[in-house]
Amino acid sequence: MKKAFGPLLVVVAVMFVVAPFLIANAPYESTMGLIQKIFYYHVPSWFAMYLAIAVCGAASAVYLFKGTPIADAYATAGAEVAVVFGLCGLVTGPLWGRVAWGVWWQWDVRLTTALLLELIFVAYLMVRRFGGPGAEKLAAATALFGTATAPFVYKSVDIWRTVHPQTTVIPTLKPSMGGPFAFSSLAFLLLSALLLTARVHLAKRQMMVDEMYLAYEDQS
Amino acid sequence: MFFRTAWLVLRKDVAIEVKSLEVLTTTLFFAIACVLIFAFAFVKNGQAPEDAAAGILWIAIAFSGTLALGRTFERERYAETLRALLLAPAPRPALYVGKLLGMLALLASAEVLLVPLIAFLFQAALFSRPVLLVGILAGGTVGFSAVGTLFAAMLVRARSRDVLLPILLYPITIPVIIGGVRGTAALLASPVDEPSAIMWIGILAAFDVVFVTLSLWTFEPLMTE
Repeated sequence: MKKAFGPLLVVVAVMFVVAPFLIANAPYESTMGLIQKIFYYHVPSWFAMYLAIAVCGAASAVYLFKGTPIADAYATAGAEVAVVFGLCGLVTGPLWGRVAWGVWWQWDVRLTTALLLELIFVAYLMVRRFGGPGAEKLAAATALFGTATAPFVYKSVDIWRTVHPQTTVIPTLKPSMGGPFAFSSLAFLLLSALLLTARVHLAKRQMMVDEMYLAYEDQS
Repeated sequence: MFFRTAWLVLRKDVAIEVKSLEVLTTTLFFAIACVLIFAFAFVKNGQAPEDAAAGILWIAIAFSGTLALGRTFERERYAETLRALLLAPAPRPALYVGKLLGMLALLASAEVLLVPLIAFLFQAALFSRPVLLVGILAGGTVGFSAVGTLFAAMLVRARSRDVLLPILLYPITIPVIIGGVRGTAALLASPVDEPSAIMWIGILAAFDVVFVTLSLWTFEPLMTE
C-alpha cells in the first residue's frame, strides 16, 4: 500500500475532477430536477462512512480479543473517517430536503438513526480523548455496538415507510445515471480507504516516536 | 457453575440493597423528580398532550437507570470488590449476568411505582393491554440495562466515569428508548394500536438479542487488564 499510495492519490484527485463533468452530463431526474444531483455526493459519502465503520468495527474486535496495537490504530482511523463522511452526509441531506420536502430536517426513522450513528462515533472519539488510561478498550466496545447499529440504519428505509428514498432505488437507476453514480461511489470509497491508510501511517509514526522517546529516557 | 455464579452475584447485590435501600430510594426519588420536571415542560392548560406520558415514562426510566448504574458500580469500587469478583475462579460472563439481573430487578421495582404514577398523573390508559405493556417494558429495560451494565462495569476503572457513562450509554441505547416510547404510545392511542405495539416489541426483542450477545461476548476481554 505504501508504494501505491502516491499513484492512488493522483487517481482519486483525477476522479474528483472528472466527476462533476459526469454528474453535469447525467440526465435530470423528471420530478426533482437539479437538486437530485446532490445524490451523487450524498449517497457515496454514506457508503464511505459504512466502509470506515466496517473497518473500525472489525479492527476493534481484533483489538479487544488479541490486543494488537496496530488494530487499535486502524479502529481510531476508521472512527475518524466515519465521523468526517457522516458529517458530509448530514450536511448534504438537509440541502436536498430543503427543496424536496420544504424543510431542512424531518424526524424520520432514517434521519434520526443516521444522526444516532454519527453520535456513537463522535462518542467513540470523545472516549478516546477524555477517557484516560484504559479508554482504548472502552472505545473498542463502543465501536462494536456502533457497528451493530449500522446495518439497522441502512435497512431502516426498507422496514418503515419513511420520507427518505429507499435503498432499492439504486439498482433501478438508468445506465446514464447509474454510470456517474458508480463512478462517484468508487471515488469516495477510494478516498476513504486512502484517508484510512494515511491516518494509520500517522499512528504508526506516533508509536515509533513514543518508543524512541522511552528508549532515550531509559538511556539517560 | 454458570447459573450458580450469576445467582450468587445477584443474591449478594440484593442483600446489600435490601439492607441499605440506598440505590432504590435515590433512583425512585430521581425518577419522580424527572416526571415532575417533564410534566411542567409539557402540560398546557392542565392537560398534557396525548403521547407525552409515553415519552415521560421512558425518559424517567433512562435517566434514573443511569443514576442507578453509576451508584451500583460505585459501591463495587470502594473496597475494590469488583476486582475481587473478577479474581474469583468463576466464568466472567456469569458475573455480568448476575450484575445485569440485579440491575433489572432494580429497574423493575422502579417501574412498578412509576407506571401507575404516570397513568394516574396523566390520565393515561396504560393498563388497557397489560400483557403488551409488560412486553414493552421488559424489552426496553433489558436492552437498556444490558448495555448499561457492560459500560458501567468497564467505567469503574476510568477517570471521568460520571461524564462518560451517559455519553456512551445514550447514543447506543436510543434505538431501545425509541422502541419503548413508540410502543407505549401505540398502547395509549385510542383505539389501541395493537399491531404497532407488537411490531415494536419484536424490534425491542431483536435489539435485546444483539445487545446481550455482544455484551456477553465482550465482557471477558473488556474486564481483563
